[in-house]
Amino acid sequence: MSKDYEVVVGLEVHAELRTQSKIFCSCSTAFGAEPNTQVCPVCSGFPGMLPVLNEKAVECAIKAGLALHCEIAEFCKFDRKNYFYPDLPRAYQISQYDMPICQGGYLDIDVDGEKSRVGITRAHLEEDAGKLVHQGDITTTPFSLVDLNRSGVPLLEIVSEPDMRSARQARAYMEKLRSILLFAGVSDCKMEEGSLRCDANVSVRPWGQRELGTRAEIKNLNSFRALERAIEYEAKRQMEAIEDGEELVQETRTWDEVKGVTRSMRTKEEAHDYRYFPDPDLPPLRIGRDWVDMIRSSMPELPEQAGQRLMDQYGLSPYDADLITQSPQILQFFDETIKLHPDAKAVSNWMMGDLMRLLNQNGMEIQDALVKPALLAEMLDLLNDGTISGKMAKTVFEEMFASGKNPQTIIKEKGLVQISDADALLPLIDEIVNNNPKVLQDYKNGKEKAFGFFIGQVMKATRGQANPEMVNKLLRERLDRE
Amino acid sequence: MELHQLTIHELQELLRRQETSALEITRAIFARIRAVDGQVRAFITLTEEEALSQAREIDKQGEYGRIAGIPLGLKDNFCTRGVKTTCSSRMLENFVPIYDSTAAGKLFAEKGILAGKLNLDEFAMGSSTELSTFFPTCNPWDLTRVPGGSSGGSAAAVAADEVPFALGSDTGGSIRQPAAFCGVVGFKPTYGRVSRWGVVSYASSLDQVGTIAKDVRDCALVMNIISGKDPLDSTSVDLPVPDYAASLDGSVKGMKIAYPREYFKSGVDTNIQDTVKKALRKYEEMGAIVEEVSLPHSEYALPAYYLVSTAEASANLACYDGVRYGLRDFEADNVIDMFSRSRAEGFGDEVKRRIMLGSFALSSGYYDAYYLKALKVRRLIADDFSKVFADFDLIVSPTTPTVAFKIGEQIDDPLTLSMNDILTVPINMAGLPAMSIPCGFHEGMPIGMQLIGPAFAENTLFKAAFAFEQNTDFHSLRPALEVK
Repeated sequence: MSKDYEVVVGLEVHAELRTQSKIFCSCSTAFGAEPNTQVCPVCSGFPGMLPVLNEKAVECAIKAGLALHCEIAEFCKFDRKNYFYPDLPRAYQISQYDMPICQGGYLDIDVDGEKSRVGITRAHLEEDAGKLVHQGDITTTPFSLVDLNRSGVPLLEIVSEPDMRSARQARAYMEKLRSILLFAGVSDCKMEEGSLRCDANVSVRPWGQRELGTRAEIKNLNSFRALERAIEYEAKRQMEAIEDGEELVQETRTWDEVKGVTRSMRTKEEAHDYRYFPDPDLPPLRIGRDWVDMIRSSMPELPEQAGQRLMDQYGLSPYDADLITQSPQILQFFDETIKLHPDAKAVSNWMMGDLMRLLNQNGMEIQDALVKPALLAEMLDLLNDGTISGKMAKTVFEEMFASGKNPQTIIKEKGLVQISDADALLPLIDEIVNNNPKVLQDYKNGKEKAFGFFIGQVMKATRGQANPEMVNKLLRERLDRE
Repeated sequence: MELHQLTIHELQELLRRQETSALEITRAIFARIRAVDGQVRAFITLTEEEALSQAREIDKQGEYGRIAGIPLGLKDNFCTRGVKTTCSSRMLENFVPIYDSTAAGKLFAEKGILAGKLNLDEFAMGSSTELSTFFPTCNPWDLTRVPGGSSGGSAAAVAADEVPFALGSDTGGSIRQPAAFCGVVGFKPTYGRVSRWGVVSYASSLDQVGTIAKDVRDCALVMNIISGKDPLDSTSVDLPVPDYAASLDGSVKGMKIAYPREYFKSGVDTNIQDTVKKALRKYEEMGAIVEEVSLPHSEYALPAYYLVSTAEASANLACYDGVRYGLRDFEADNVIDMFSRSRAEGFGDEVKRRIMLGSFALSSGYYDAYYLKALKVRRLIADDFSKVFADFDLIVSPTTPTVAFKIGEQIDDPLTLSMNDILTVPINMAGLPAMSIPCGFHEGMPIGMQLIGPAFAENTLFKAAFAFEQNTDFHSLRPALEVK
């Protein structure tokens, strides 16, 4: 069935901007404080209070816009979006309606080597709302509490064109967007803390049809995985509905992570009329070209430039370069390690393999890891000069990750030193060969399996500490002398 | 003359000569309030105890600055730290702010003494102060008549000698119209001249803070204190504030004064027209050049004003939802119900009417025909004024189409009530400075003359108003109130 339909996805992403203070007052934006300790009369909507725009938030929006190849508006304005909800203190959100600060950009994605470009319609500044806190489940809680710490935190809403054709592309877009925002230094992009949030507009249409199908907007997508699963589910649901002759309605749906389904929240008819109009408390914003040029000239290295550098300078594959440029911290780890141990492929393999696996298992970010570039480089040196084997290195690395100890110390403590000394290995090999005449005969008869047996015996006798390459070489020489 | 009858500058002279003290003045003011406010009913809240202790403190320091030791009143939509700020609404009946509005704070910084908070139409929506949730204020010249509004409490208190001056807010005439009805001087500066921070918003693009006082010199003095850029109000303008007292030289020689024919026509009481024309002749005698002009879009100002102001109000008053402060209905079953019941109980009819009108004007499908159209009209009105000011220094007109009307006379007729603002609303739409000064009487009630200037030409208004005042004595006449 799915081969008869094309999936069309557009994303609306909200990124919290990394400013010290809120967008319209001087309250702190720090995450995780006690409820209602980062509030003032302005961000809690008290009578007579007026917003004053935070210049840093505008600067972040411009940076993000430039990183996404957008036009930066010379003139834009703020509008009031009116709706009642207990976490929205003024009962209107200050946002940008018809004149966003950024317009007409794009970003490039790559899914299994298939490249595509996703258009960015617009990116606009707005303020976040507070949040409701419930005792236990929302349906049984005796009351709701309002926490306004988040109210007034600056957001950039980034709206894509409906240019994605699969859940995987949508995920790739989201991952790429995250890395760009991280490199530009404009957002922490922590999905689990809500500093990066995403709604997906999903529709399907028969192959070859030009006009878009009826779309559903899916909310509550709190992870890359949720995004991918929700889109897959929703596309399938829509195809089945069409096949069953049902008429789709334009609606807002929510993703149920536990049940793995989307559920209808409200239809288009039930949608709010937000009664947008220009906020008379904020004069229009004029953005001088000299300011934009200044920001442009001081832009940090972005993931694509960094990826190109990795390929050109170290000969990394596009795939590896992509992985290392997921975040500026990962890139920094790579750059620092490579200075001390110049084997780029080895550094990249260890980082993307064992390091990432352990970070994910422990829910950690690379910058929080105890293992530092200098430790990894030293371990790789020891691996290179044969002090430890690849297998030992895995043990050493796990211990470095757990304790942050120096690899030399770990090797000593665990007695992991590899035996690469021929004088120590040769008598052992002699003994094993002499004690197994039948196997030796098999070897002579051309049974390669016999060779493996001897290797195994040597490794067993040295409790795995023998340098396998060395054993291989010495054993072969010994046997061929027979 | 008794202390409560004096102007700010007269009181300051006595303080300088050490012939009185802040405490004496403050006591006199509260004695006067006790004697007459039972009839006038200008005050919602009195702050006598704090005022007296502050006066003692000021006397102890012995230095009398710009308004040190001078009592003042604030319209009850100016937030005052620790003092109830009700906006004459059930919604905020028990609301005590933790901050002073910038304008009030500047007066307090100059050691002005708060006597109390003054009555207004609920949330400054009205032209008679009858729409106060608590009680109507009476016109001191005739207690059966309204003082105008929405700053009716401010104008009545000054006219009744209960305070030397008061602050008000003016969205469509709310300072000038009550000043005219009560025979005092009311000043609304250019939009952006005074910070709106801490003044409860009605319509943000039209609201402007100003003052009501007994004469032009006092107005100039107060405006000098409260004007200027405020980093907390993005719409306040960063321009130097000239010394307004310097323009009080009494001369209008060579000044070019225009009077718009649209402001002198049917709908405006002929007695008022004649009185203002007489004042214009006075200006001519004093050496000014007076000519008739046209402001052709004037008739569209009122309907456009009602769209812009109510649209903005519909959003500005949405924060009163019962969640964080103000009235909350505790009987509601769910949150939507709590919002609507709290708002239904907290707001009066006129406020609800304006919120609904504004919500409608902004609704999808109606936005272009109403709100957007009104903004275009607003531009045309501003252009009308610009054209006149290319050739003239000043525009003069009546402030109101009638003198103060009887309490209850128009209360059931919102449309007629709104016509009171017909001569003042265009000025807010254009964001210009304007004032009302007393220029005569009809049926024993004061008539106000409106002076309108180009943006940020406040000093021109003060100059012309002061010259008129020097040559007339309307400003020094006071109503005869029975002292109880």
